[in-house]
Amino acid sequence: MSKGDTGSVETTPRVYGAGHKLIGKNYVTADLYAKVTGQAKYAEDFHAEGMLFCKLLLSPLPHARVKHLDVRQALAMPGVKAILTADELPPPADTLTDNGTVIRANPKSERALTMEPLYQGEPILAVAAVDEFTAAEAIEKIRIEFEPLPFAIDPLDTLRPGGPNPRTDGNIWVQSPTPPAVVGAPPPAPPPPTIGALKWTEAEFADAKYGRLPMGKTPDEWSFGDIEAGFKDAALVLDETFVTPDTSHQPLETRSALAYWQNGKVYVHTGTQSTAQTVPAIARWLNIDVSKVVLVSEYTGGGFGSKVTAGVSLIIPALLSKKANAPVMMRISREEETFIGRARPSLLGRMKVGFSKDGRIIALDMFVISNNGPYDANGDVPTSGRIVSLLYQPVAMRWRGVTMLTNTPPRSAQSAPGGLQGIVIMEPIIAKAARKLGLDQVAIRRVNCPEGKAPFGPEVKGKRPYATSAFLREALDRGAEQFKWSERVARTPKRIGTKVRGVGVSLSCYVGGTVGFDGLLVIKPDGRVNFQSGIGNLGTESVIDVHRAGAEVLGVPWEKCDVTWGDSSKNLPFTCVSGGSQTTHAMTRAAYATAMDARQKLKEIAAKKLGGKPENYDVANERVFRKGGGAGMTLAQAAKYAIQLGGIYDGHEVSADLNRRTKASAVALAGQGLLAAAKDNYPRDGVTFSYIASFSEVEVDVETGKYNIVDFLAYADVGSVIHPRSLGGQVLGRSILGIGHAIGQKWVYDPHYGAMLSTRFYQSKPPTILDVPVDMQWAALDIPDPETPVGARGVGEPPVGGGCASILNALSDALGDEIFQRAPVNADTILTSLEAGRPMQHPLMAHI
Amino acid sequence: MSDIEDPKTIECPPNTLTRRDLIKRVIVGGVAVSSASYLFRASTLLRQSAPGTGERLLTINVNGQQRRADVMKQETLAWTLRHKLGLTGTKLGCDRAECGSCTVLIDGVPHYSCSVLTHTVRDRKVLTIEGLASSDGTLHPVQQGVIDEQGFQCAFCMPGFIMAAVAFLKTNPNPTRSELAQGLSGNLCRCQDYDKILTAMMRGAENMRGASRV
Repeated sequence: MSKGDTGSVETTPRVYGAGHKLIGKNYVTADLYAKVTGQAKYAEDFHAEGMLFCKLLLSPLPHARVKHLDVRQALAMPGVKAILTADELPPPADTLTDNGTVIRANPKSERALTMEPLYQGEPILAVAAVDEFTAAEAIEKIRIEFEPLPFAIDPLDTLRPGGPNPRTDGNIWVQSPTPPAVVGAPPPAPPPPTIGALKWTEAEFADAKYGRLPMGKTPDEWSFGDIEAGFKDAALVLDETFVTPDTSHQPLETRSALAYWQNGKVYVHTGTQSTAQTVPAIARWLNIDVSKVVLVSEYTGGGFGSKVTAGVSLIIPALLSKKANAPVMMRISREEETFIGRARPSLLGRMKVGFSKDGRIIALDMFVISNNGPYDANGDVPTSGRIVSLLYQPVAMRWRGVTMLTNTPPRSAQSAPGGLQGIVIMEPIIAKAARKLGLDQVAIRRVNCPEGKAPFGPEVKGKRPYATSAFLREALDRGAEQFKWSERVARTPKRIGTKVRGVGVSLSCYVGGTVGFDGLLVIKPDGRVNFQSGIGNLGTESVIDVHRAGAEVLGVPWEKCDVTWGDSSKNLPFTCVSGGSQTTHAMTRAAYATAMDARQKLKEIAAKKLGGKPENYDVANERVFRKGGGAGMTLAQAAKYAIQLGGIYDGHEVSADLNRRTKASAVALAGQGLLAAAKDNYPRDGVTFSYIASFSEVEVDVETGKYNIVDFLAYADVGSVIHPRSLGGQVLGRSILGIGHAIGQKWVYDPHYGAMLSTRFYQSKPPTILDVPVDMQWAALDIPDPETPVGARGVGEPPVGGGCASILNALSDALGDEIFQRAPVNADTILTSLEAGRPMQHPLMAHI
Repeated sequence: MSDIEDPKTIECPPNTLTRRDLIKRVIVGGVAVSSASYLFRASTLLRQSAPGTGERLLTINVNGQQRRADVMKQETLAWTLRHKLGLTGTKLGCDRAECGSCTVLIDGVPHYSCSVLTHTVRDRKVLTIEGLASSDGTLHPVQQGVIDEQGFQCAFCMPGFIMAAVAFLKTNPNPTRSELAQGLSGNLCRCQDYDKILTAMMRGAENMRGASRV
């Protein structure tokens, strides 16, 4: 179907999945009918008999201690059933990971409620009542006194000599060494990190006066190659500061949850990014056994990293329900979502980059500081360095970074965590270098872009780790051709009246997959194949898509396949979290392994029943049959035989290498047909990444400062395409998520009170349908990754950085290099800076 | 804060309130708003009734049926639909007329049901996502367009988008992509699947034109 009424980018419909029946083909996902008719039930759509509602008392101060608390008047109100305070929370539990490592609980990590709030909006207590009016009125009747404590919302403020500490004992996490191993005992767990204080000197802060990021001591540092030699040889050296915004995830469905207890088990309804992995997380937060947790999460209204497993929003209704002995629904308002709903940390970055005259990056000195919020350190700071080292392949590089605690809402991974920030700090520098060196923007990226088994990061045990594959240069070339890059660059005049056009290109990449998870399927005696899916259903459709790879291997038409998902009591296998773009890669591998296990069992059953050896048989067209013609049977018949044979054929015996949760699910499903369960043990040489080349054109009105995105194209190197429509949705959807960081999303604070001013959509507005071109374009190379049997890599994160950076590069193409040194770029940024001829926004201050 | 009213909610049915009045009334009726933006009376369990929160039995026409519900003075249509009538297809994404997830049709005109008081729709026809397909299960052409193009991702915004599109396409049956984008601009999709949504809705428009020719 032709899309357009603009027609400015040529649409060439690509055919994906050559040689496959299901892989690479479009189809209708099994969850779509319920969604389109309003029958799909999200957490807040459930109702339990006698359900109570819950409201939270949130801290009005960014850092304080509760001095006095009196809940008697509230508790005496008719309709108020229970009040939960921090002293009633279970003590934090240690985590036993699936490979047997113990992660010690950190008493200084986030709890569900607190008497020492560390950010404005942190929950202090919760009230359960017959309705929300009563619960809210009860909150008003609670008498509470706070002792205000020093606070810091800006990471540089707390780093200054004598600056305030966000926590009473400091402003950074410090990891003590693991105690030495004792012979014969299990390896000791590392102690939980403690809090320390990091302050820089006035001398180290001197650069801040000139708008350059000060660079004091950092706890973390790595390097490879000789950067000083690189800078000496460079034809051009740039030293630039850039600041990225803090952005809330803002899923349209807030993290509401319903919880109730039956027979000692807690039932939780909520949106999550993993059905399988959220169960142990709930158990850990509640300090109960995993067998006591049932999670229902069939539909999730968006996550983007903010709904990875369990957190505050599940634990409060679960504990209140236990206390009140009634179901409790905690609906989260949009403001509450801003406070407890997670966000991406901003990164303050400074890069010194040395270029050869053909644009090759021969030396790169990278320095980043993150604004982490008050709790556990996010990985954005170290990840930003690794992604930059992979994407631009510097000959020599040093990376330094520090994760600063602040009294702002807790952060978590958001689509391409650290990747977006690293790319957005780096890309404007490359754009500027190309202009200074007289090079084409595509050409300078061509010479730096990763290829094949590209190395990244510092040496580990004497060797730098490397990617499984990269075909980004081909994506860049094909994208430039489809976008008509050269024609757009050559087009004159750039300015017509008050409108100036600019074009931008950006490279982008992120981790694209993990390994080692399990698959589980049952071929039923009626010939249908049931895939058990532990993947969260947050809209990417990987919950269903990945099983198409299994059906393809089994030669079963999709109409004969069912997928079970969204309820942890329905016997699901050990599955990755749908975060970090792992799923398509990890779970197509597991689906493939499981289908291969089913094929082997089908062949063995056929050999047992019909004679010969298993290898004499083949599986296709819903049959297992002797190669070259002759005897065979249908999958339905084989399933019946599997039940008769029992043992390994119907799930009574399963492979020892499966995860314990997969084994438990197999036990429960045993005897229903031919059961196949397998762990992904396929080798993988390298770390899996996916890549995008992003192109955009903007039109800026220099009289008003307003600008429009005229065209956008993302060309993806994400391995084999599994489901074109859902892939296209991810490539463009996540590009726009990144574009939001360029065109307007950010946090704004009142620095005097440490109070957030941007708590709603209209104050930190995600892009609307009018903010993006009506005819966006995407395409994928569809080159299989050589290190995974299905060839597919993940896609969610890689487009994000390129979406943002290509817009920034298009803006600097239109307006020059002296307009902005932070994102987002708004109309007022453009107007004031154009007039002054230099960036007029404060270069370093947080949350402006 | 500006006194300019949001044009989308000014087009309320006669006898209804502006957005500003509505928020004021909900707040006055709701006792407290400081810590809670969602404030609704969910049940009649509470014996002691605060002033201004008394419920009244109303009959409203929803999806072609006369439905009766005990409704508070300050109760919004979204709450009545979701919690009194069991029609949870209408979603609440912001509860303050920012996101459009709660869009329903009142006499064929799209409204944010989070910002319409239930007692103002007594004599009007309300259509929600649940009432769009035919009684024999045949999907509305716009719903079918979503199926045809795998529109939307998490789909939390989908009911609101579909209702807005159904109303827009009735008066603009043959829009360009730009025109349709304008028509849907009161709805937010946080998966930012706008391109695929627009393609699905254009397919819906095509389906609608096809259906009207039959």
